[in-house]
Amino acid sequence: MVEFDWLFFFEVLIGGLLSGVMYSLVAIGFVLIYKTSGVLNFAQGAMLLFAALTFVSLVERAVPFALALAITFVLMVAIGIAIERVVLRPLTNRSPMTLFMATLGLSYIIEGAAQLIWGTQVHGLDLGIEDIPFDFGGIFISQFDLFAAAVAASMVVLLSIFFRYTRVGLAFRAVADDQFAALAIGLRLPWIWATVWAAAGLVALVAGLLWGARLGVQFSLSLVVLKALPVLVLGGFDSIPGAIVGGLLIGAAEKLAEVYIGEYVGGGIESWFAYVVALAFLLVHPSGLFGQKLVERV
Amino acid sequence: MTAIASEFSSSHRIPGWLPPVLLLGVAYLIVPFIGTSYLFEAILLPFLALSLAGVGLNILTGYAGQVSLGSAAFLAVGAFAAYNFNLRVEGLPLIGSIILAGLAAAAIGIVFGLPSLRLKGFYLAVSTLAAQFFVQWALTKFSWFSNDSASGVIDAPALSIAGIAFNGAVGRYLFSLTVVTLLTFLAYRLVSSQSGRNFIAVRDNETAARIIGVPVLKTKLLAFAISSFIIGVAGVLWAFAYLRTVEPAGFNLDRSFQILFIIIIGGLASIRGAFFGAALLVILPLALSRLGSFLLGDVFNSGVLDMSQRIVLGALIILFLILEPDGLVSLWDRIRKRSAAVFGRM
Amino acid sequence: MTIFNKLKVAAIAAGLSLAIALPAAHADEQYFPLQSYRVGPYAAGGTGFFGGFIDYLNLINTRDGGVNGVKLTWSEGETQYEVERGVEVYERLKNNPGVAAWNPLSVGIAYAMIDRITQDKVPLITINHGRTDSTDGRVFPYVFPLLLNPYSETSGIVNYIASKEGGLENLKGKKLVVLYHGSPYGKETIPIYELLAKKYGFELQQIEVPHPGNEQQAQWLTIRRAKPDYVVLRGWGVMNPVALKSAAKVGFPVDHIVGNVWSNSEEDAIPAGEAAKGYTAITTQASGAEYPVVKEIIKTLYDNGKGNLEDKSRIGSVYHNLGIVNGILNVEAIRIAQEKFGKRTLTGDEVRWGFEHLQLDPARVEALGAKGLFHSINVTWDNHEGNGYVTFQQWDGKKWNVVSDWIAPDWTLLRPIIEKSAEAYAAEKGIKLRTSEQAEAATN
Repeated sequence: MVEFDWLFFFEVLIGGLLSGVMYSLVAIGFVLIYKTSGVLNFAQGAMLLFAALTFVSLVERAVPFALALAITFVLMVAIGIAIERVVLRPLTNRSPMTLFMATLGLSYIIEGAAQLIWGTQVHGLDLGIEDIPFDFGGIFISQFDLFAAAVAASMVVLLSIFFRYTRVGLAFRAVADDQFAALAIGLRLPWIWATVWAAAGLVALVAGLLWGARLGVQFSLSLVVLKALPVLVLGGFDSIPGAIVGGLLIGAAEKLAEVYIGEYVGGGIESWFAYVVALAFLLVHPSGLFGQKLVERV
Repeated sequence: MTAIASEFSSSHRIPGWLPPVLLLGVAYLIVPFIGTSYLFEAILLPFLALSLAGVGLNILTGYAGQVSLGSAAFLAVGAFAAYNFNLRVEGLPLIGSIILAGLAAAAIGIVFGLPSLRLKGFYLAVSTLAAQFFVQWALTKFSWFSNDSASGVIDAPALSIAGIAFNGAVGRYLFSLTVVTLLTFLAYRLVSSQSGRNFIAVRDNETAARIIGVPVLKTKLLAFAISSFIIGVAGVLWAFAYLRTVEPAGFNLDRSFQILFIIIIGGLASIRGAFFGAALLVILPLALSRLGSFLLGDVFNSGVLDMSQRIVLGALIILFLILEPDGLVSLWDRIRKRSAAVFGRM
Repeated sequence: MTIFNKLKVAAIAAGLSLAIALPAAHADEQYFPLQSYRVGPYAAGGTGFFGGFIDYLNLINTRDGGVNGVKLTWSEGETQYEVERGVEVYERLKNNPGVAAWNPLSVGIAYAMIDRITQDKVPLITINHGRTDSTDGRVFPYVFPLLLNPYSETSGIVNYIASKEGGLENLKGKKLVVLYHGSPYGKETIPIYELLAKKYGFELQQIEVPHPGNEQQAQWLTIRRAKPDYVVLRGWGVMNPVALKSAAKVGFPVDHIVGNVWSNSEEDAIPAGEAAKGYTAITTQASGAEYPVVKEIIKTLYDNGKGNLEDKSRIGSVYHNLGIVNGILNVEAIRIAQEKFGKRTLTGDEVRWGFEHLQLDPARVEALGAKGLFHSINVTWDNHEGNGYVTFQQWDGKKWNVVSDWIAPDWTLLRPIIEKSAEAYAAEKGIKLRTSEQAEAATN
């Protein structure tokens, strides 16, 4: 028996955890929307694509970095608010499945518009972070992944502060807890929804830039939502901590599985393994990671 | 659900069985003689296969309330299973391959339906994606499924039942039409049987269903099995009658979404709805692309046109969802009622 | 012009062109139905390839007034790279008069068309891709995987690596990892790599990347542990830049990664940024705008605002040049067939005959203004690939530079394998092998 290569094991584990952070980043965008309006927003991927494509096209047209970031942010907020006004408001009180289908239609519109405006070219996106691996006593860790993790972490902290200490944030939590009660005490739902969609736009921007730097900015960017969905099943559609921990678990599990189990079945199992992990966990522990009660509710 | 109510209420003048019989008469006796190869190959064949898939998904999602995003996986199972049964079982008639393929899809459907015993709503919907990705992976990974074809793409065998060959576009159309008619009829019978009522009970209120003695677990799995059977057979039609070659990549997530669109736009919990929805989803993109290139082909290049079509398609879908909550079926019924009223006054 | 005026003009123009097009169809014209894809995940490749193809056809019309006076026409139908859309476009366009050949640039669509085009007797061109055994013209009379089929590509890559190591004998004991896309396309060459590994004695590990390939951490860590001498990238779409980036992440040297024919474009390298500098990939057609034919396209079309590419910086890119080479091969096949059958609109079967006599030696390639763009082609009735040569290009961060001679794949080694596979297909489908006499006769 060959001695188990622990160093390699940790390298895979850390790589997996860092990938997991990237999944969480996408998942958080879903959670924000789901928590307030009960919509599984499939257009999140398209929004991410739109943000990255807009940003990179502006930079290529010699718009300064900070200004491009600001313009894109404003645009994303505008799109978020427009979606809420034009698409979701007329669909209030309709079944979650109808809302989901509407966001699918929305993703056609956003993807089409993004490519209509900026073209179908693929772009490189350089955020100015060199991706040279660090060597920690034999374990290689990607600088870029560390940076991405730091950004994700600070975004979570920011969002938490926002929801904990600002008026809007408190209102958001009230709505998430009980829509009708919130209405009854006179909170203005549309305004809160608009804020949340704007926040989702911000998350899409950040995730779009980080993923865009990893993959290049192109159509396939919208496919990263598929990586976020199992995270949501595991962590809960309505829990930001769930999205974080779920992302880490899924990232680590699928990388370890690909390396250690993959070779026995021929590899390439990452595409479905994450779902199996999430399902297996829920079968053993039906209330999910953070005891979300919604699992048993339609 | 108004859609269900209207399903069983038939008009006073015309008996309920008459319109479908007339429609079938046209489909069997007139269309084959006047249709062009374009009509069959590009419109009717995909329409029939997708309608049947819609009927299958509607049983699961519309009637039994279990949302699935993995329909394309069951199409794939059906297509590849039929191919392998046909290839490997000596002397098995085509009809046998098709039934076995449906059963294979049903078996896989039960396996991936197991999470429904614990999960609901979006949690269940997202878990059915496991089927979507696993099936595609397995069919690509194990080249046995595609008879070790180097490229993983398989060719459909010639269609013949009891010595009658269904060659050419018209033959394959008649073949599909017959299969779809048969299964749709069975689906109608099913949803008005005790099992169908159980489905609806489980959908509307699981606890209440349990109290009145509906075996909830069995009912859910039955819905998965029957739905997957029908979708599996639709996969055989898709592969053998329509495209005549199959590759796993053709059964991707977009296909699953397409089938879901069909039943939501057509009308949930309505067998007719699947046909309405499929007609719209097959014809709308074609019409848009024809219209676009006819009107603006000289002004814009085809890339711009196609991108715009994508936007228009998305917008139309959202518009349908906003304006027609119960799908095309209820729109149809309203039109029929109104015209009946007009005729009644005359 | 406002948009409404534009609309009005367009509507009138459409009406007029419809009215005029009907009688005009009787003039000698050869028609190319194009199943293009300008939307969706593979739009970048589609716009480049079909842009180059259309540019070349346009050049022939504008500069020469068509092929011996026969005008070339075309129309596009969008497929988004989806099989059923491809079939719809086939059914929509196949009845237009004077169809010369189909060029879908999609394996899935090509497969769905094999039965149909064989029945309709029109050639199907799958340049650089497609079904390897369709090289065997005895079994597939109407299918042409021109220049390079997947097996030849594999052999070409191994020969290139050998040349870097100083000869095929030096491959012994070396270690090769093939990183392939988790799709039928990706898996197609698995047995050929195994065969070549056995023959030349190198160690081989083939690793799958699941579609779409936007996560490759695990695969590249496995590669780092395996410490191979070379990694062959058999990628597709987003998988390619991610592979290059992940390689940099684990510290694998990029100049030891060799890309295959669908990992060789600007679109594959640019998104990887710095990580792609030094990456090498196989190609049948060099990139760059310095070749006479490309220059003429710029002068005749782009300078007059008639070019097909929207983004002029993509002129001479890998996909654009592939489209141009594809245009050359289609046009020359028509020209060759015209010499036998007359300078008029040809039937699909006559064009098929032309393709089966498509022999362009380096001198003819030079006369066509394509010296250095591609090497030569030698299609015969039973060899539908035509023994294309390959070359290798290295990415310098901005553009591709040719870094090798023209390399020949080991055709004699591959031919028996191809024949065996084709014969198995013929047996399964009950096809009788075609003879050279049958191939010589063309119906009109």
